[in-house]
Amino acid sequence: MSADNWQPTATIDTLKRRAQLLADVRRFFAARQVLEVETPVLSQAAPTATYLDSFEAQYLPPGSEPQSYYLQTSPEFPMKRLLAAGSGDIYQIARVFRNGELGRLHNPEFTMLEWYRPALDYHGLMDEVDALLQEVAGLPAALKFSYQTLFEQYLKLDPLQAEEDSLKQTALASIKGLPDDWQSDRDGWLEMLMSEVIEPALAKLKQPVIVYDFPASQAQLARIMQKESGVSVAARFEVFAGGLELANGYDECLDAAELEQRFEADNRQRQQQGKSVMPLDVRLLAAIEHGLPPCTGVAIGLDRLMLLITGLNQLEAVQSFGFERS
Amino acid sequence: MASYSTNEFKSGLKFMLDGDPCSIIENEFVKPGKGQAFNRVKFRNLKTGRVNERTFKSGDSVEGADVLEIELEYSYNDSEFWHFMDPNTFEQYAADENAIAEAKDWLKEQYSYLVTLWDGAPLLVQPPNFVNLAVTETDPGVRGDTSSGGGKPATLETGAVVRVPLFIEVGEVLKVDTRTATYVERAKD
Repeated sequence: MSADNWQPTATIDTLKRRAQLLADVRRFFAARQVLEVETPVLSQAAPTATYLDSFEAQYLPPGSEPQSYYLQTSPEFPMKRLLAAGSGDIYQIARVFRNGELGRLHNPEFTMLEWYRPALDYHGLMDEVDALLQEVAGLPAALKFSYQTLFEQYLKLDPLQAEEDSLKQTALASIKGLPDDWQSDRDGWLEMLMSEVIEPALAKLKQPVIVYDFPASQAQLARIMQKESGVSVAARFEVFAGGLELANGYDECLDAAELEQRFEADNRQRQQQGKSVMPLDVRLLAAIEHGLPPCTGVAIGLDRLMLLITGLNQLEAVQSFGFERS
Repeated sequence: MASYSTNEFKSGLKFMLDGDPCSIIENEFVKPGKGQAFNRVKFRNLKTGRVNERTFKSGDSVEGADVLEIELEYSYNDSEFWHFMDPNTFEQYAADENAIAEAKDWLKEQYSYLVTLWDGAPLLVQPPNFVNLAVTETDPGVRGDTSSGGGKPATLETGAVVRVPLFIEVGEVLKVDTRTATYVERAKD
């Protein structure tokens, strides 16, 4: 660590704008009677998602063995326990931590706005995200497309049914710089096409874009539902604006047994990749078993939203001190 | 040579790709949706000069390239190699036809050139943006004509041909922009 560069990475004016954003968000939810909550940053359990890595910290009880705790990657699990305990609509502005993610648009710690709405259904929550972005960030009204529609429009393929090999060939043909020996799986190719072909196309639009109905294999904690065609999709949506992936939302899966299976499948994949197996959040599963009310939930990266508001192009310019000056 | 992981990628890093030394122009960490992270890298191939893109899985490593940029003085040409000298150490370097391609029209003894060395050998010689060179051949000057209109070709002492104003005479020294191969002005002594 050097004593150089003690100054903030954001200007004081930017920090004032950031404070204004936090105030605007709180007013937005106060007007809708959504309760602000706080939950622990340190948890004994951690998410299992294969490509999400938690920071591990040691609690040192005097005279006893150290105990592992994990810094939250999102406040999702404790917020769902509050919902199961009858909290009703809740939101949180949380500091979250993701190991190994550092770049122009990534900082290992960042601020997440996350909220849960038993009162709103899947499309109702998308509309609320749209309303929030218009109100606190002055963005134009969002466009909405299904994941399938976008792949058909930009890549002429059906992402829900195409063979892995045709996804691979399309990716190799349409993504500059992707080496021929690139190894991936079906979801990996879909994510690559989304990030390298579709997102740049959406970035050219003036409006934010809400993409909904993801492949069932990318459900994470979303409910899986059958479309009229018989194909299953995840009730999950993402919001893209100005070339940024801004938000991720679910119509929540309420089935504890199914979630436990997904967590264990994640852990098996982690193990295959030589990553550490994460302790399942059994208290979350018990809370869902007890009864999570039907609800929808979404998380928005507030630092990225600040980029859209200010027109700046790297996260550290909207954070008081970027990771390398922390 | 050291190897570098994607987390050490930054602009200016010299690395080997498919046998060629390359220099990173831009590096972007990308994490698509809930998927595996990768790095999108824009780089220049130092052998061909071409700019290209390559995607790396985050955490992958590349081998560093032993590439160094130094200022060397041009000495002479022996018909096969162009010889340069480090004015501080007097060490000699021989550049081949490929390496001097960009600078060939602008090589003058005792002038300094930016030379990219790979494993100690000149890979690329870049001329300074401006050089002063004498005219060896041109049509006779038209006295009194100082307008910028018109012009005529002039051959310079290095063999390069540039368009010059009509009033320029054989023997005059001109300041030339090597990036555009154009006459700038009469050199001031």
